[in-house]
Amino acid sequence: MYSLSSIETKETQNIIFPTTQPHIQIKDLNVHIEGKHILKNINLSIPNNSITSIIGPSGCGKTTLLKTLNRLVDDTKGVDVTGSVLVNGEDIYGKHAEVTHIRKKMGLLSQKPFPLPMSIFDNVAYGPRIHGERDKKILKGIVETQLRNVGLWEEVKDRLDASATRLSIGQQQRLCLARGLAVKPEIILGDESTSALDPISTQTIENLLVELKKDYTIVLVTHILRQARRVSDYIIFVYNGEIVEFGKTEDVLLHPKNEITQQYVKGFIT
Amino acid sequence: MANVKTRLLKENIAKVLMQLSGITITGSLFLIVGTILYKGLPYLSWEMVSQLPQGGFYIGKEGGILNAILGSLYLGTVSTGLATLIGIPIAIYLNVYVKNGSFLARTSKLIFDVLFGIPSIVYGAIAFSVMIWMGIRASLLGGIITITLLTIPIVVRTIDELLKTIPIDLKHVTSSLGATKWEVAKILLRYIKPGIFTAILLAFGRAIGDVAGVLLTTGFSDNLPIYIDEPAATLPLAIFFQLSSPIPEVQGRAYASALVLTFIILFIVICTHYLASKQKKHKI
Ligand SMILES: Nc1ncnc2c1ncn2[C@@H]1O[C@H](COP(=O)(O)OP(=O)(O)OP(=O)(O)O)[C@@H](O)[C@H]1O
Ligand SMILES: [Mg+2]
Repeated sequence: MYSLSSIETKETQNIIFPTTQPHIQIKDLNVHIEGKHILKNINLSIPNNSITSIIGPSGCGKTTLLKTLNRLVDDTKGVDVTGSVLVNGEDIYGKHAEVTHIRKKMGLLSQKPFPLPMSIFDNVAYGPRIHGERDKKILKGIVETQLRNVGLWEEVKDRLDASATRLSIGQQQRLCLARGLAVKPEIILGDESTSALDPISTQTIENLLVELKKDYTIVLVTHILRQARRVSDYIIFVYNGEIVEFGKTEDVLLHPKNEITQQYVKGFIT
Repeated sequence: MANVKTRLLKENIAKVLMQLSGITITGSLFLIVGTILYKGLPYLSWEMVSQLPQGGFYIGKEGGILNAILGSLYLGTVSTGLATLIGIPIAIYLNVYVKNGSFLARTSKLIFDVLFGIPSIVYGAIAFSVMIWMGIRASLLGGIITITLLTIPIVVRTIDELLKTIPIDLKHVTSSLGATKWEVAKILLRYIKPGIFTAILLAFGRAIGDVAGVLLTTGFSDNLPIYIDEPAATLPLAIFFQLSSPIPEVQGRAYASALVLTFIILFIVICTHYLASKQKKHKI
């Protein structure tokens, strides 16, 4: 996907990645929560149009790292963020950064599906509506397209007015994905987005994400190594708030350079 | 480790205690309603709920308590309405706009806790002195202001608790769609809608049943509550005055008035439950 003829290259964690203006670049990021140093000196460029998985033991800072990308970390009590996160070259922690606008660019797929308290149709139409789309025909078109995108259309087309909460958990998660896609993000963030789902629904979501990466840059948090291996192109291994290893999936999982990564991959650290 | 027998014993003791308190509460409720019905029903008449006090009403002659019924309804609904209109934005502001755990958030919550606990006579006394200072006499308006202030903390605290039960992820997914704080707030309100009716109900119950707050600020009047700047009658005060009378007839009417007040509250409770049940459709 990345031709080596790319003009510019950038060194991150001793790995050479060709960069054609990466969607997300993290520079000297440090996060403290209530005085505790949670993320330490993070420097990272997340490759475009591919799936990057963040793995690491529980409590190492995966969720925090993901939340710094769309500034949801702002909501945390006693949080202090230094450094910068560049999205399309613009520092989202900069003085003039506008949070609402930043977040629109990044779809979030949470751990459990959270449909909005409204109908199936309105869930998908919610985003376009708040961004000013009023035309009923266009909204209908968006809803159908996105529901087809996530393979939900055939299942729900006869009950678009029913409450979204009536759907099964797996269907709800696909609905949430459709709802996120409807605002035309550039980036999709997922925090253990399949952990509440059955194997079939998990597979459906995974396949969807793989499909979507041609149009989106996707960052996933997962603690299932097999999943990381199945879906991701790149892996970030976080340990104790630091990025220990970052590279191509095969490299990190099969030939880890770092001792801690080796132990984690072998299942000695959980 | 406690063995199964002692654990089961604890379980049974707890169960008996809970059942006992359940019986006590239900029993007292029946006792209260029973007493009002027994003592008040014989005196309850169409005349009583449809007429103003006539000359000699307070010594057992003809007339009714329409002034107090209307006064209480007026005071209760207007104050509750105002308290809801003011209280919900405050709760929303504290939960959506103010940074979680900040000084402002913590102090305002503390202040509302304190305001929630202050007895209504204190509200009445303060409002009364302010009114004297401003040269306003006891009036419906004074009562509405006092009772609104009294019920705002109820609305704020109840809505605040409701908002706290919302999973933070709902807030996060909504803002991830590019929603502004106000749009997030609207989603949260939609989510807690059934609970808002409970908050309004609690506020209304307190507003319509309060005696101490209206005693000094609203006064009492035998006329219909038409002018907002004139004193107005309220049911709790009507009950209080009639009950203090030595005449058995009048005392009986006090119970009948209490019955009317109970019916009003019952009616509101039923309405709220009905409205709340209609809202459950999209509850997560
Ligand atoms: N709101 C908070 N207040 C205090 N500490 C927090 C808060 N949120 C996270 N932390 C701390 O930050 C560290 C990283 O948390 P984070 O949720 O990012 O871990 P994680 O890697 O996602 O773990 P898991 O795999 O269990 O989800 C943990 O030590 C946690 O205790
Ligand atoms: Mg996590």
